[in-house]
Amino acid sequence: MHGDTIAAISTPLGEGGIGIVRVSGRDAVAIAKKVFVPKKNRAWAEGPGYRLVYGFVLDPETGAVIDEVLLSFMRAPYSFTTEDVVELNCHGGFIAVKKVLEAVLAAGARLAEPGEFTRRALLGGRIDLCQAEAVLDVIRAATEEGLRVAQGQLLGRLTREIQELRQATVSVLTAVEAGIDFPDEVPGLERADLLSRLHGLKARGTRLLENAVAGAVYRDGITMVLAGKANVGKSSLLNALAGKEKAIVTGLPGTTRDIIEEVVSIKGIPVRVLDTAGIREAVEEVEKIGVARAREALSCAQLVVVVVDATSGITEEDKAVFQACEQRERIVAVNKIDLAPDGVSAAEIQMLADRAPVVNLSALTGEGMDSLRTAIADKVFQGRVLRPEEVLISRVRHRNAVRHYVSAISKAIDGLNGGIPEDLISLDLRSAATALGEITGETVTEDVIEGIFRDFCVGK
Amino acid sequence: MFTAGEYDIIVIGAGHAGCEAALASARMGMKTLLLTLNLDYVALMPCNPAVGGPAKGHLVREIDALGGEMAVNTDKAAIQVRMLNTGKGPAVRALRVQTDKERYQQEMRRVLEREPLLHVRQARVERISIGEGGVRGVVTETGVFFAARALVVTTGTYLRSRIVVGDTTYPGAPNGQQPAVGLAESLRELGLQMGRFKTGTSPRVDRRSIDFSKMIPQPGDSQPGTFSFLGKQCIREQDPCWLTYTTPETHRLIRENIHRAPLFSGVIEGRGPRYCPSIEGKVVQFERDRHQVFIEPEGRNTPEMYIQGLSTSLPEDVQVAVLRSIPGLEKAVITRPGYAIEYDYVVPTQLTPWLMVKEIPGLFLAGQINGTSGYEEAAAQGIMAGINAVLFVRGEEPLVIGREEGYIGVLIDDLVTKGTDEPYRLLTARAEYRLLLRQDNADLRLTEKGRRVGLVSEERYRVFVRRQEAIAREIERLKEVVVPSELMAQIFREKGREVPGGAMKVAELLRRPEIHYTDVVKVGVLGEGAPPDVVCEVENQIKYEGYIKQQIAEVERFRKMEERKIPADFNYDAIKALSNEGREKLKRVKPVSIGQAARVSGISSGDIAALLVYLKRGSGTKSSGGIEE
Repeated sequence: MHGDTIAAISTPLGEGGIGIVRVSGRDAVAIAKKVFVPKKNRAWAEGPGYRLVYGFVLDPETGAVIDEVLLSFMRAPYSFTTEDVVELNCHGGFIAVKKVLEAVLAAGARLAEPGEFTRRALLGGRIDLCQAEAVLDVIRAATEEGLRVAQGQLLGRLTREIQELRQATVSVLTAVEAGIDFPDEVPGLERADLLSRLHGLKARGTRLLENAVAGAVYRDGITMVLAGKANVGKSSLLNALAGKEKAIVTGLPGTTRDIIEEVVSIKGIPVRVLDTAGIREAVEEVEKIGVARAREALSCAQLVVVVVDATSGITEEDKAVFQACEQRERIVAVNKIDLAPDGVSAAEIQMLADRAPVVNLSALTGEGMDSLRTAIADKVFQGRVLRPEEVLISRVRHRNAVRHYVSAISKAIDGLNGGIPEDLISLDLRSAATALGEITGETVTEDVIEGIFRDFCVGK
Repeated sequence: MFTAGEYDIIVIGAGHAGCEAALASARMGMKTLLLTLNLDYVALMPCNPAVGGPAKGHLVREIDALGGEMAVNTDKAAIQVRMLNTGKGPAVRALRVQTDKERYQQEMRRVLEREPLLHVRQARVERISIGEGGVRGVVTETGVFFAARALVVTTGTYLRSRIVVGDTTYPGAPNGQQPAVGLAESLRELGLQMGRFKTGTSPRVDRRSIDFSKMIPQPGDSQPGTFSFLGKQCIREQDPCWLTYTTPETHRLIRENIHRAPLFSGVIEGRGPRYCPSIEGKVVQFERDRHQVFIEPEGRNTPEMYIQGLSTSLPEDVQVAVLRSIPGLEKAVITRPGYAIEYDYVVPTQLTPWLMVKEIPGLFLAGQINGTSGYEEAAAQGIMAGINAVLFVRGEEPLVIGREEGYIGVLIDDLVTKGTDEPYRLLTARAEYRLLLRQDNADLRLTEKGRRVGLVSEERYRVFVRRQEAIAREIERLKEVVVPSELMAQIFREKGREVPGGAMKVAELLRRPEIHYTDVVKVGVLGEGAPPDVVCEVENQIKYEGYIKQQIAEVERFRKMEERKIPADFNYDAIKALSNEGREKLKRVKPVSIGQAARVSGISSGDIAALLVYLKRGSGTKSSGGIEE
């Protein structure tokens, strides 16, 4: 058996909202026991395994129920990886799956590397080489795709902040190490100075973490606006999008009747859908606030679905809607085709929205809804093949890394206050910098040694 | 050709690497020949007079634990002893000893010449002779052949070396000796890839021309420790070192003459070490008001003083002016000028982790020839090359010390896995598992290993076993003995700390950072207490148990990867899934394990995954020695 216990979401996060969190390794059972409370069968771990146990996954910190799940336990060596494997079948939609994974990680599992379950299966002799060679291509593909994702994220503010924080941490570490390796030449940091710098680092890490945790759910997805004149069926379209999959966040009507919001999973992408009350009407009713909100919604939308009515054809009102969202990425949905199959011609729409994909559908019968979902996903990924779970995992990984960072810095601060010597404090600092380095792909040792020679004057 | 002798092992060069290699070889029962350019320069210290310091001192302890000589010899020649980093924690505490250089050489020569199976001889080796199966022997300048089954080459900075002072440059070696040109050619002809490094040293000054009243004395410890675990304290009186500083005038002089500095005028091409910059380098690189200068005695029977911090290859007239701009050195008289030296080294990634040239069975390299610098780094490689040359001759498995087992492991693994683009110096910051690699537990880590290969003497082993038992016994005792609450109160009150309620076991009490073993002894709970070396280790093990356990857990993960071996004849071209860069690097380094492969720079996790999969296929039959679960 391998040393540590790994976990990951082992189903693609797509339609259906059911996901499996797989935990493999010698602590799989112990970790599951920390987060899982069975309804009846309390001795599940003692039995022979291969049995479904019904129960709940609780947040290890707050004790709140995250999701109701079915747990299955496969005892080593009779599992895919040949180790103890626990699988948690979650039903609460993909955010719940994600939270279950986080709970398992917080309970001591390590996030699996891409392909790591398969690698363990191979090394455990569970699968043969033919299978393994096929898997290897996947591992490589996944790694490279992951790299592209990481590079994309490099441009983001979050990653820049992480880099800066890591740099600041390495420079504190370098000062400590330089003082240790060159005691004659480098005075090293005063404890009070070191302490205040550590508090600064901790505050920055904590802020990052708070932003990441609070904002991640909503920020990870995209915002999409349903726009169209009154009675084109925007609300039924919203219901149809939300209905197929259990809604992640129940929609709340806005303060006025102007905006309704739902978050739905479309091909695994969290999509925040804003249903605007209709631009044209707003102008006529002189509801200035409503107009402002609708326009604001349009301006922050990454994607607009313009809904037109097949039974009425394109009207002046429709043209106004198209005009209002001219600058946005658009998809045109021709609704109610069950009533008027040939109501609006493609050519008519092309005149108004050049190159926008057009989907004929019926929100009522569900016809064409899948095409709409595909069109949305295609728009989001701009035609690039991107596996949605990769985006997710890399972000859970980031959050984990920052969490690890903050706890390592806290440990260093506690240690310093408790009179722990600096060679041990430096272990925590190193572990903190390593955690962030996992995001940015940098190694600590080389950086520290470079830093000692660059920043400190040492020598014979 | 005249065959002047037949040996099991020949060591070329009698510096710090060569001495350890030759002694290890002879003490392990091999008929050994040690060849040196000059018998009077055995174990020469051509640079500073100190041994030890952070990481370097750790190496000295490890050499001692394995049965080497450097620690014992340094203790004999000590004129000042200091424990550094005492307030910075158990892992980085390090002994540093100022030695009497002449005494160091004499003592080492005496040890070499008393070793029964060792023959020390003056000769200039011109050529290494290789046959079908590997090493055959060496040919000297006088046309004489010495046969051997294994060779350890420890040529230091002598390969094609060139001395540079100002605009003067000439082929030369430390202390006015001659470079080894033929041997450098011979190594090239063997197909070894070579590089060129530069290092330097500072001027020496006659102590009678120094005004010490303008300097700050740097005394030794009041209770000097020893390097060797055998613990024979030889030092009686200690000599101080002295601290002074450069002045704005010093910096002005250097800047004004910078065009005459060979480092900047292009005369020196070799890459120099960043940790040991010349004074001209420091003045150019760092905007500082002043730089430290330490004045250290070269020995007791000489007026020569080493000027630490002033390594330079500036012209002699500038050296004099620079010295005289420093408080206390206004009338300084130079005994030897500082100089830079350029020399050939062998790119160390051509070596196995047991320091043998991969392509030439029986040819071992150690010391500065592998691109390192420092007496301690050289000696550490020397003892390992010596041990492994013997194991090679015996046909036994090599001895490799892991990164988690010793600084020796960190040093050699860095060299053979990553190579180096400057003269390599060991730092504690290079060790991942620093807390486990304490100077105080070097014997607990390594003496059994030294014993198994036959290098650790009976006497050393007895001392080791006694200490090991004493440590275990004391830890047991501390877990039993209870400190009653009134004595607890006394201990805490004396520290000005809040008194915790109730009695406590000593071990529990010692976990508090502010409470030390000596505090407990003071209130009379532990009787006289254990000897200091035992106390030190016991206290470390108890006080830092949490951190130590954490590192041990990391080591477990690390070892899994080290244990996944890659066969020496592994065909990387067969793996299509490897990246091109990864394949080229792996073919060059030929890592012995997945762990080592992962440390080669430029190897991606995808490459490692690919390796793992293909190695699994290799072990389809159990006996082929692929991956063991």
